[in-house]
Amino acid sequence: MAPPETPQPTTLRHAFGNVLSVFVLLLIGVFAFSIRLFSVIKYESVIHEFDPYFNYRVTQYLTKSGVYDFWNWFDDRTWYPLGRVIGGTVYPGLTLTAGTLWRILNSLNIPLSVETVCVFTAPIFSAFASWATYLLTKEVKGAGAGLTAAALLAMVPSYISRSVAGSYDNEAVAIFALILTFYLYIKTLNTGSLFYATLNAMAYFYMVCSWGGYTFIINLIPMHVLLCIVTGRYSPRLYIAYAPLVVLGTLLAALVPVVGFNAVMTSEHFASFLVFIIIHVVALVYYIKGILTPQMFKVAVTLVVSVGLIVCGAVLAVLIALVASSPTKGWSGRSLSLLDPTYASKYIPIIASVSEHQPPTWPSYFMDINVLAFLVPAGIIACFLPLSDASSFAVLYIVTSVYFSGVMVRLMLVLAPAACIMSGIALSEAFDVFTRSIKFQLLGSTENLQVNNAGESTNVAQNDVVKTEKNEDSQKERSSRKSKKKEKESTERVPLVSRIEQKLLVLPLETSLIAVFLLVLLGAFYVVHCVWAAAEAYSAPSIVLTSRSHDGLHVFDDFREAYSWLSHNTEVDDKVASWWDYGYQTTAMANRTVIVDNNTWNNTHIATVGTAMSSPEKAAWDIFNSLDVKYVLVVFGGLVGYPSDDINKFLWMVRIGGGVFPHIKEPDYLRDGQYRIDSQATPTMLNCLMYKLSYYRFVETDGKGFDRVRHTEIGKKYFKLTHFEEVFTTHHWMVRIYKLKSPRNRIRGKTKKSKSKASSTTSSKRSGTRKKNPWH
Amino acid sequence: MFGKLLTTLLISFHLFAILCASFSEENPTDRRVLVLLDDFAIKSSHSLFFNSLETRGFDLDFKLADDPKLALQRYGKYMYDAVILFSPTIDRFGGSIDAASLLEFVDSGHDLILAADASASELIREIAVECGVDFDEDPAALVIDHTSYAVSETEGDHTLIASDDFIQSEVILGSTKIEAPVLFKGIGHSINPANNLVLKVLSASPAAYSANPKSKLSTPPTLIGSAISLVSIVQARNNARILISGSLSMFSNRFFRSGVQKAGTTTKHEKCGNEQFLTELSKWVFHERGHLKAVNVKHHKVGEKDEPSMYRIKDDLDYSVEVYEWSGTSWEPYLADDLQVQFYMMSPYVLKTLSTDQKGLYYTSFKVPDVYGVFQFKVEYQRLGYTSLSLSKQIPVRPFRHNEYERFIPAAYPYYGASFSMVQFVVPFSKAFFS
Repeated sequence: MAPPETPQPTTLRHAFGNVLSVFVLLLIGVFAFSIRLFSVIKYESVIHEFDPYFNYRVTQYLTKSGVYDFWNWFDDRTWYPLGRVIGGTVYPGLTLTAGTLWRILNSLNIPLSVETVCVFTAPIFSAFASWATYLLTKEVKGAGAGLTAAALLAMVPSYISRSVAGSYDNEAVAIFALILTFYLYIKTLNTGSLFYATLNAMAYFYMVCSWGGYTFIINLIPMHVLLCIVTGRYSPRLYIAYAPLVVLGTLLAALVPVVGFNAVMTSEHFASFLVFIIIHVVALVYYIKGILTPQMFKVAVTLVVSVGLIVCGAVLAVLIALVASSPTKGWSGRSLSLLDPTYASKYIPIIASVSEHQPPTWPSYFMDINVLAFLVPAGIIACFLPLSDASSFAVLYIVTSVYFSGVMVRLMLVLAPAACIMSGIALSEAFDVFTRSIKFQLLGSTENLQVNNAGESTNVAQNDVVKTEKNEDSQKERSSRKSKKKEKESTERVPLVSRIEQKLLVLPLETSLIAVFLLVLLGAFYVVHCVWAAAEAYSAPSIVLTSRSHDGLHVFDDFREAYSWLSHNTEVDDKVASWWDYGYQTTAMANRTVIVDNNTWNNTHIATVGTAMSSPEKAAWDIFNSLDVKYVLVVFGGLVGYPSDDINKFLWMVRIGGGVFPHIKEPDYLRDGQYRIDSQATPTMLNCLMYKLSYYRFVETDGKGFDRVRHTEIGKKYFKLTHFEEVFTTHHWMVRIYKLKSPRNRIRGKTKKSKSKASSTTSSKRSGTRKKNPWH
Repeated sequence: MFGKLLTTLLISFHLFAILCASFSEENPTDRRVLVLLDDFAIKSSHSLFFNSLETRGFDLDFKLADDPKLALQRYGKYMYDAVILFSPTIDRFGGSIDAASLLEFVDSGHDLILAADASASELIREIAVECGVDFDEDPAALVIDHTSYAVSETEGDHTLIASDDFIQSEVILGSTKIEAPVLFKGIGHSINPANNLVLKVLSASPAAYSANPKSKLSTPPTLIGSAISLVSIVQARNNARILISGSLSMFSNRFFRSGVQKAGTTTKHEKCGNEQFLTELSKWVFHERGHLKAVNVKHHKVGEKDEPSMYRIKDDLDYSVEVYEWSGTSWEPYLADDLQVQFYMMSPYVLKTLSTDQKGLYYTSFKVPDVYGVFQFKVEYQRLGYTSLSLSKQIPVRPFRHNEYERFIPAAYPYYGASFSMVQFVVPFSKAFFS
């Protein structure tokens, strides 16, 4: 491709470029890993939040008992008394990954604890994810874009928020798997190699193992295939990229216990099968077209289309009937809330109650992807110049992920890689244009150097050449597809074409310099923001809280204090009831049986706990006692101003409880539609268990009972608990643990102590009507 | 100085010896009984009752109720297994005893006999109320019965009642039937029907009522008819037993020895039922009868010996428990045919009556239901007069392991056939196609 008189420098540049790329990638990996260590440096090497504790516990079990026991694990310590078949209800990818990592390290005589491995799994995989981004973007727009995108992804705050050290959650490995799957798909699409197609299916399998978000892949890829077919871009490469993925991928997905038959039964997977049929029909049509004469083909088309339509109609009718027969139309609640963003808040409070399932606000876009939000449109435009199979996929990816991120905050995570890829493309294209302009302006006079320049620019973005080739290829696709020789010819014509293009795309020197400077500035702002986000916003482990005030740093370690109290002071088989948020932590840290936990699989059970929390003491005691509960744990932030406490979550308990047990009505807890706990609060609110357990003895702290979260004085200050007794309250009152009192040993008679001379008539009436509370 | 130390040592040894002989799981009968009296005259006037206790091996410690050195516990340990309160008029106990400490004594599993009388003090009433017994609030009221009074020489106000309306329970009143009516003179009480811990042992006749016999009735009496209980027993949730009687005199030697003729009947009994009634009742109260224990709860898979930590759904299992009754001196096999075990998870999935070998062993076997979860073996046995048995043992039930399902199922043979024939024909087909 380069002019024959200068072959040596070009190869050298090639080699140098490759070495530089590898070196840069290595640095990106190190960067991606180390930017996520702020949490360890600022706090400690500890598992974060809620779900990671469960994953950690599962990993511990895996490393202790082995894969088969893990597969068959029936956990009797959660969802008492129902239990949970963990092996069949958990996405095992993350656990198996960390477990394997631990095993390998141990066999190499590196005795790390399971916890350490778990803590650092996410940073390691974010390095992998940036490399995968490099590969994917390289396939789409060349190595330069790839490197830029990888660097952007390494520090994109949205991804950092889910993958800081200690954030041991499915997303940590799933994003890597997602990008890898996309890369292998594009790679197969570009090469038409069955080898990559198989790898693609394996990557898809890993993704299915890791995260429920795999349905995004199995819908996005068919969408892209359909797009290619509709736009007349069908090719055997597309067939090879898609058909093996569906067949192998579905078979492999069905092997994951948690997916199982869902891989063929639920509507989430339906699109892939439909497109699978379509691509076969299209392939058949192309094949027949190849062997028949045009007239014969026309006849065949009319024949086949008429027959095909009838068959398709019949099949569709059957399918629609099948799908319509199920109440949710075969869709799971989470997927439905993706299609209809208002679905969850209308029908499933338990999904709507999770903050990460809420739609995001505009600032959160700026917070999570920062300047990428502005670069994305430029990237989309760059993808259309020229549009290839790969770049159309990138466009489709960004469009769908923008939609999904608008539905759920959590899916911002899926948007982040797409935004990085797009911004990477945009930045790299922009730099490409500007640096080329600068070079052209500086060296433009010498014809010889210009030739060199042309050669160089093709080398810098070596894959750009391939892309341009693809572009041309697609332009005269039909004629040239089968003849490899023609392709090669076109490859040889590329430098000439690009040279002409470059001449047209040259900007003035000053403009270019300023633009480059501004772009670098933009990048610098992005880096500053990302480092700030990693260090300040997303490094808190949320089980240890800190606050800075004028008299220094305060550390709130109340959660671990409470859990260790539970593990040291209660019986092994005691049951602890709390709102489901704290279930995973209680089982993992306190090793006590819980009633409900963050795996919200049984709505009725959660509603039972919600009902108990919203009931008066006696009714709550009955509910808890029927579940053999010994201790009740509530999280209370009123003393230190910790806003995500149980009182703030309480309306969800009422809603979820009321959804199953209609005697709990939300309006009873609201005064004129307002949720309040001050003296204006409703009596139902002031008498419910959650209020009482949260504010019991609270007035003793400051004499007024001033709640620092709600910024108000509490409504009912002095009251006694009759069926519960306080057994432990942590240092900052953030966790309060109560014990259920056992029923009174004796049942009191009806006569009041104080009353010595009661009129006989009232007492006789009383004996008939009044039923004495046996626990009173 | 040294001598003082020695005495302290001696005392503590003595105390130690006492503690060793105290109430225990293995030997539920009470041994050391504190008797609180209004005055020591009662000790001799009620000596028959006390003697019957002493001959049964009880160690009675008589104290005046206002003795300033009274104490129930020393160094956190109770010095007595039971208390007899024969001090109906006391307003304040001496020493460290008060109503609360007595109730705490009961709540820690000890027994109590309380005898009130006409004009019982507030203190006594309060203790009774705490146990679920409401004495008539009029302090001067007595139980009056114009139909079933005891015929006596001094034909008077019919407050000496001869009642034979006993509770029907051999456990409480012994196996020999009490032939003669029981004499009662004192105040009546009522119990809340919703209270399932209190039982009327001796009720008044339907014609009885509770009023002050010395004054005219201005308002209808509060307590009437068989709602009046004369003697009640309480078995608390921790199986502590309490006897509450509205009459102290029914324990007296005079009543024990006297004959009885119920008004309206011609049979004159040489001896009234008081002695037999109260002796048998005291046996029940002091756990000489009706005290059950369940030991050796065992369960295992059919054909195995060891108790598993977890069952699988559809496992067959054996369950056994041994139940004994305390006879006063030794544990005897308890015989019943109504002991049931539940296999329970929020509701009983299996409810089976246990078979017995007549030697105290109860056993059954059943299939674990096709539901996984954390189950409990529950035995809830509550029978009149017996201490309640409440056993629960938690056991998780897991689903099938992945390799416990059948490898090949008949219904799927067409599919096996299809896949294998497919495999067979792909090879020749490809050969033919590509050649």
